[in-house]
Amino acid sequence: MLGLNRKDFLLFLVVTFLALFAPILLNPFPVGSAMAQFNAGYPDLMQRFVIFGIFAIGFNILFGLTGYLSFGHAAFLGVGSYSVVWMYKLLDYNILPGLFLAIVVSAVFALLIGFISLRRSGIYFSILTLAFAQMSFSLAYSVLTPITNGETGLQVYTSDPQILMSGFSPSSPHLFGLVMNDSSYLKFGGWEFTFNNGYYLCAVVLMVAFYLSIRIFRSPFGLMLRAVKSNQTRLNYTGLNPRPYTLAAFVISGMYAGLAGGLMAAMDPLAGAERMQWTASGEVVLMTILGGAGTLIGPILGAGFIKYFENIFSKINDSILHSWFAFLPDGLEDAVVFIIHPFIGKGWHLTLGILFVLVVVFLPGGLVEGGQRIARLFRRKPADKTDNDTSAKTDPAE
Amino acid sequence: MSKTTLTRRGVLKSGAIAGAGVALPTIFTASSAAAYMNEPTGSSVTLGFNVPQTGPYADEGADELRAYELAVEHLNGGGDGGMMNTFSSKALKGNGILGKKVEYVTGDTQTKSDAARASARSMIEKDDAVMITGGSSSGVAIAVQGLCQEAGVIFMAGLTHSNDTTGKDKKANGFRHFFNAYMSGAALAPVLEQLYGSDRKAYHLTADYTWGWTQEESIVAATEALGWETVNTVLTPLAATDFSSYIAPVLNSGADVLVLNHYGGNMVNSLTNAVQFGLKEKTVNGKNFEIVVPLYSRLMARGAGENVKGILGSTNWHWSLQDEGSKAFVRSFGEKYGFPPSQAAHTCYVQTLLYADAAERAGTFNPCGIVEALEGFEFDGMGNGPTLYRGEDHQCFKDVLVVRGKENPESEFDLLEVVEVTPAAQVTYPADHPMFDGGELGECNPGS
Amino acid sequence: MDAIILQILNGLDKGSAYALIALGLTLIFGTLGVVNFAHGALFMIGAFCAVTLSRILNFSFETIDPGKTDFLGNPATVETAYLEHWFGPEVGGAIIDWSVPLAILFSIPVMLVVGFVMERGLIKHFYKREHADQILVTFGLAIVLQEIIKYFYGANPIPTPAPDAFRGSLDFGVLLGFDPNAIIYPYWRLVYFLFAAVIIGAVFAFLRFTTFGMVVRAGMADRETVGLLGINIDKRFTIMFGIAAAVAGMAGVMYAPINSPNYHMGMDFLVLSFVVVVVGGMGSLPGAVLAGFLLGILESFASMNEVKSILPGIDQIIIYLVAIIILLTRPRGLMGRKGVMEG
Repeated sequence: MLGLNRKDFLLFLVVTFLALFAPILLNPFPVGSAMAQFNAGYPDLMQRFVIFGIFAIGFNILFGLTGYLSFGHAAFLGVGSYSVVWMYKLLDYNILPGLFLAIVVSAVFALLIGFISLRRSGIYFSILTLAFAQMSFSLAYSVLTPITNGETGLQVYTSDPQILMSGFSPSSPHLFGLVMNDSSYLKFGGWEFTFNNGYYLCAVVLMVAFYLSIRIFRSPFGLMLRAVKSNQTRLNYTGLNPRPYTLAAFVISGMYAGLAGGLMAAMDPLAGAERMQWTASGEVVLMTILGGAGTLIGPILGAGFIKYFENIFSKINDSILHSWFAFLPDGLEDAVVFIIHPFIGKGWHLTLGILFVLVVVFLPGGLVEGGQRIARLFRRKPADKTDNDTSAKTDPAE
Repeated sequence: MSKTTLTRRGVLKSGAIAGAGVALPTIFTASSAAAYMNEPTGSSVTLGFNVPQTGPYADEGADELRAYELAVEHLNGGGDGGMMNTFSSKALKGNGILGKKVEYVTGDTQTKSDAARASARSMIEKDDAVMITGGSSSGVAIAVQGLCQEAGVIFMAGLTHSNDTTGKDKKANGFRHFFNAYMSGAALAPVLEQLYGSDRKAYHLTADYTWGWTQEESIVAATEALGWETVNTVLTPLAATDFSSYIAPVLNSGADVLVLNHYGGNMVNSLTNAVQFGLKEKTVNGKNFEIVVPLYSRLMARGAGENVKGILGSTNWHWSLQDEGSKAFVRSFGEKYGFPPSQAAHTCYVQTLLYADAAERAGTFNPCGIVEALEGFEFDGMGNGPTLYRGEDHQCFKDVLVVRGKENPESEFDLLEVVEVTPAAQVTYPADHPMFDGGELGECNPGS
Repeated sequence: MDAIILQILNGLDKGSAYALIALGLTLIFGTLGVVNFAHGALFMIGAFCAVTLSRILNFSFETIDPGKTDFLGNPATVETAYLEHWFGPEVGGAIIDWSVPLAILFSIPVMLVVGFVMERGLIKHFYKREHADQILVTFGLAIVLQEIIKYFYGANPIPTPAPDAFRGSLDFGVLLGFDPNAIIYPYWRLVYFLFAAVIIGAVFAFLRFTTFGMVVRAGMADRETVGLLGINIDKRFTIMFGIAAAVAGMAGVMYAPINSPNYHMGMDFLVLSFVVVVVGGMGSLPGAVLAGFLLGILESFASMNEVKSILPGIDQIIIYLVAIIILLTRPRGLMGRKGVMEG
């Protein structure tokens, strides 16, 4: 269906289901209960899941298929955000021109950077992309402040032209009047679910992006990219020049990144320079590897995993811990809190670091492999290694 | 901004009473009839403390958090009441705010605009916070202030020193108690003249981002008004760790004062490097070479160790002040945590109390009520003498401290000595001062 | 002219730090084939060895001095270091004063242990894994190490001064025939440069003139053949990892007086040191050292006012710009070998 084989279509349905029902699935605990701390079903975080999912899917088209490890993809994210905010400043708060511009501008950037960087391979390529991104970040933070507003981040001022702005247009990002920040709420017993316009826009974009990525993975073009990864020399000997293919993959993944950056600014009208820093580039690398590089769904899982820790674990503080363990006797309660304390709140980095190590040691294929192991456990058919199964599995990166 | 709405859980709680426990799904849209964003309907009210918990400012963030926890304790009637006893407004009764118990959520800004906004949004959308406060850099403060304006909650800025926070980026829902770069310049200038004379040549090293620029602009203007000459102003990258290549040219530039417009780790390293190159012992043009650090932070200055001795700078507040308010705050903070509070802790504590007091006086948590109560509010007893929250730009006007690194510190906290308390009148500027020009406060936004 | 000599000195000094870190990184990559993102963290741990030793030497007992009060008005406690108590203020004070040089001796065993544990406990299992997995695991490890240090020492920088004897600065210009005070340079920075030169020399001599070094170099060139010859190459590689960690650690110890150490200083150097290694050429030790000094000097020149006035912001991007130019003109960096880490 939709030009996908059964297995892929199933995967697509799963992603669609998850995306559409995320506001319910991510809010499993009733409001006010102690576990509500772990609910992730609020608009900001759901938007982030989806946006970074798109970013990671795009990154995976380059890295998962060709094995080229870019350490500078955050530059495209930043460029995308700046494009959208500039459209707000010049035209009005409609996100469509901005998103369009974000894709175009990031494609141009990717073409330039890719054209130069792809002259080298392996870690030399990684360092070239890193160098371009770090230069963009440094300049955006300082010298280019008139364009980027530097440290503060680009935002809309009342003195901006906004030539399409009329008295009736919303004064926050919208799609033809559909305001991104608006939500509907569903209350059901103790539960409460938020359905946010912006989130659903992102979710639709994610579905399209994911669908395209499946098609790319399964296309002759995708096959060619895999060939680049497995043995470029052999490819050269057959008389094929791999460069145009890798460049195309680089530009496509740059456009994904630009789209993700644009969506970030569409959800929250501010574009900060930190989006281009190497740590942001590193984050998407980690997301992809953590989820499972080269798999279709892995990067989305990785993105969700990291963003969940960043936003949920950093907000747990000692007083919340005490309220959880209040049922224990005083001494024991303090002891438990004392033990957990280094891993939550300001220690969320530590937890994340430990999990990186654990995942990569025990699940060489990333979270996807974890999922497969669990699935195999349920199926109880250890020999069940069909073709489809392997196609969704990790391909080594080098 | 009127259509910007995020969550409406508060309304739901009241709106669902009709259902009376019936588990029928109820669908609401955003345009329900809440008076304002996150109106607290239960017996408690939630405040959002958004401070850096990871990254280079984590220790400063931790101190801010301590101050917030102390403030919450005092508001809820616990502890010794701290500054509530010395505060000139007596609206707070120690029974929470407007009879509601104060609860709080915490988040990590990571000192990045993006992360800070994400954290603030989660507080607003998930935890129904009516007020966001905290932060340790101007970039973050401006970003979060903008968000709070759009979302319709109050933002009480933490440590932010850039002129822009209450200048071109000022917002009706945002308030700053901390002083700013202009005030640093205005407070420092007379002391500099008195100690170093009016015939000096200054060399500026400036962190290359907006805060650094506004401070450089302010200090250059203030010192040139004294008759000082500015030999050179050099921008240094934010990511720089070794400043030797920026310090070395100072040696033979003919300058006899070095001004370091750096904060945090940058300031520790540039000051350490400057002292390594022997600048403190140098004599130029027949005068002792001097180093000035316009914005001092005691917490950070500790990292520079002995190098801070004799170095002048300005600060918002210092624990050694002997007025009743400062003494009360230092006592309750010191007894709870075992060491004196930092200026960041002080400003955060005061901001929380000021918010609570404004809500109490306004009789509502509605941001527009709070704004009205805080605009033009005059108070005393909070450690900086008589203070005005100016209505035009939501900036506090109060005394500014000029401090110097102590030669013989008695303890690890005893790093700075107060040289002069510059009276508020001397650091006050008109609201339309060119350094603060360009922005508009706009209308208060209650978020509905 | 004096300004240029000063910047060359600054460049050599920065370059020393880059070269030492890049040297260890290249050793680990060359011998073990591991991309070690935790190498910056090893540098940082080294610096904290200096902090720790100075804390140990400063272990104090408390006495109450009724004449003084603390900030709350209670009687103040006065701390006296045991060392000063035992050996008298003179000798005890001198030992404490020399804590940074002493920390070199302290850091070597600590770093060797840290290196061994890291290699045997974790890295060993990743020799056969993809580079991507190595990046993930070493990055995770770097975060963990960093957070552990932050938990115990806080996020703020901790002042770790050099001994009094090295605190002043040398009138370097006079030695070259300039006017007095034209070129003065801090003693400790000169010490740092000399120290780096000695360490680099020692590592090269070790690899060139010892049998151990010969085997390791052979292993770098062709691991399997050496293994087939019946030499236990794994054990030697573990030792190499320990040595690389010790080099990074010592670089960190000596760096502590230059800039007060903080828990994220390793991350600040990490990206830069990777750029240095790659510009030098993957797997080439002389390349790493050369690139370290080259980039250090170029960075210093780029921050001169004369240069900045022509190209604003050049000092922020010079390293990356140079990296791009070198990688485009010299495909394998300055001295890299063909086929290493390509594709």
